[in-house]
Amino acid sequence: MEVLARTVDVTRRYGSVTALDRVSLDVRAGELLGLLGPNGAGKTTLVQLLAGLRRPTSGSVELFGGDPRDPARRRRLGTTPQETGLPATLRVSEVVEFAAAHFADPVPTGELVARFGLAGLERRQTGGLSGGQRRRLAVAVAFVGRPDLVLLDEPTVGLDVEARHVLWDAVRAFRAGGGTVVLTSHHLDEVEALAERVVVIAEGRVRVDGTLAEVRSQVPARRVRLRAADLPELAGVERGSRHGDRYELWTADSDALVRELVEAHVPFRDLEVATASLEEAFLALTSAGVTTTPSAVTPVSR
Amino acid sequence: MSAPTTARLIRVHTRYQFTETVRIPVAVIGTMLFPSLSLLFFVVPQPFAHDPAAATAATAQLAVFAVMSVCLFTYGVGVAEDRALPWDVYLRTLPVGPVPRLVGRLLNGLAFVALGLVPLVLIAGLLTAATLPPARLAATAAALLVAGVPLFALGVSIGYALSTKAALAVAQSLLLPLAFGGGLFLPPDTFPAWLDAISTWLPTRAGRDLVVSATTGAGLPGTTLLVLAGWTLLGGSLAVWAYRRDEGRRFR
Repeated sequence: MEVLARTVDVTRRYGSVTALDRVSLDVRAGELLGLLGPNGAGKTTLVQLLAGLRRPTSGSVELFGGDPRDPARRRRLGTTPQETGLPATLRVSEVVEFAAAHFADPVPTGELVARFGLAGLERRQTGGLSGGQRRRLAVAVAFVGRPDLVLLDEPTVGLDVEARHVLWDAVRAFRAGGGTVVLTSHHLDEVEALAERVVVIAEGRVRVDGTLAEVRSQVPARRVRLRAADLPELAGVERGSRHGDRYELWTADSDALVRELVEAHVPFRDLEVATASLEEAFLALTSAGVTTTPSAVTPVSR
Repeated sequence: MSAPTTARLIRVHTRYQFTETVRIPVAVIGTMLFPSLSLLFFVVPQPFAHDPAAATAATAQLAVFAVMSVCLFTYGVGVAEDRALPWDVYLRTLPVGPVPRLVGRLLNGLAFVALGLVPLVLIAGLLTAATLPPARLAATAAALLVAGVPLFALGVSIGYALSTKAALAVAQSLLLPLAFGGGLFLPPDTFPAWLDAISTWLPTRAGRDLVVSATTGAGLPGTTLLVLAGWTLLGGSLAVWAYRRDEGRRFR
């Protein structure tokens, strides 16, 4: 499959802080890649590298076969400004037309504003829009140049449910037309609603890379709680915590874990097995200090 | 369909910047009016305002000052301010190189310089003995442009190299030494020898001499063009270096 953008062994440091640590990632034509991770994990830096905003400290970044810092490579790219950054004195139509002027075959202003629920607001200065309207305008300009690849960095932060669905529909329509999207979010439901491929980044590294189904089946999504005086080393435990005699264990396969406990003749009581939401599971996976065994997640290099 | 041409992108960026600036006109009014006010308060009441050569030279000096303050503030501080805005981050992801944006800035700066020169020339013409024969008009405009090039490069370097606060501090601390040292407030023939020696090598002095020569026909020192070329080269290299290393805000 055609690779639209890629990073090869990219490290990016800011002074003594390492934002990305040897990250290799391919963005393939037609996919919707959801980048998940806690704040400060390196998602934004990765998107900025792909957009040509920053240079890697080491490694290489490619966009449509060249250096993203070369303007010609960005002709098929759409990005979104932060909604707080729209020039407040410019009108909605002026912002759209300004962005449109950079592309060979832009979407007509009227069509674009209608698609994002902004019809009738063309003459309004962006400073006079509501937060949700500004956010929709910011996302709309990413699509004005009929791009092949769109980078959406936290597109629905601060939006109400209805506005979120307007955006999701627009993203789905773009995908249906063959478009490729890289979406960062720290909302798992957003990634679940849109993405087929999920990449989890934590502390500057790719921790998980797979299809939504694969990732769902392989993250430690079961939470096992029990009381015991002491526990032996257990193979299937991704992460555990202990308060007195109360244990909380995270695992991908709770059946196997319970069998292991029984076979080890552990005198446990108050056993409780629950399916965690994916969100909780990812939090468990990406929280600081967690060690994951590589076999438990989809291998990062494919 | 093909990608937009550079000429079209220049038009787009010029219009965009002009629209953005004129909707908050206060931002440029100070820069535009200061030279006229200086003329009104520091030249018009003086006896030499009745001497055509001296009054013309004083007006020419203040015109160079107008160019310099636009270069240091509109380009220096303005570029630094823009770089701090999230919108600038978005602009840098558009398929456009530095040329349309810089030319857009240049043309806007010129427009505001021209607007600032209108009251200056009117005051000089009505209230002093300064004269500018129509035959010298084109040469004067050209001289102002040439004098402005190294200052433009210097302003752009400041804008791309420094944060907003640092750019403001540097622009302010350069403004007065360059203005006084370059003879934009007091004519250089009142300078002691040591100051005149330093002044000769300042871009503002060379610019001032060029513009005064264009307006009054006074002789041009042999160093003028050399000094302007040198500063243009230095400022231009600095500007290119600063632009290349720029990644917007210096944090993630």
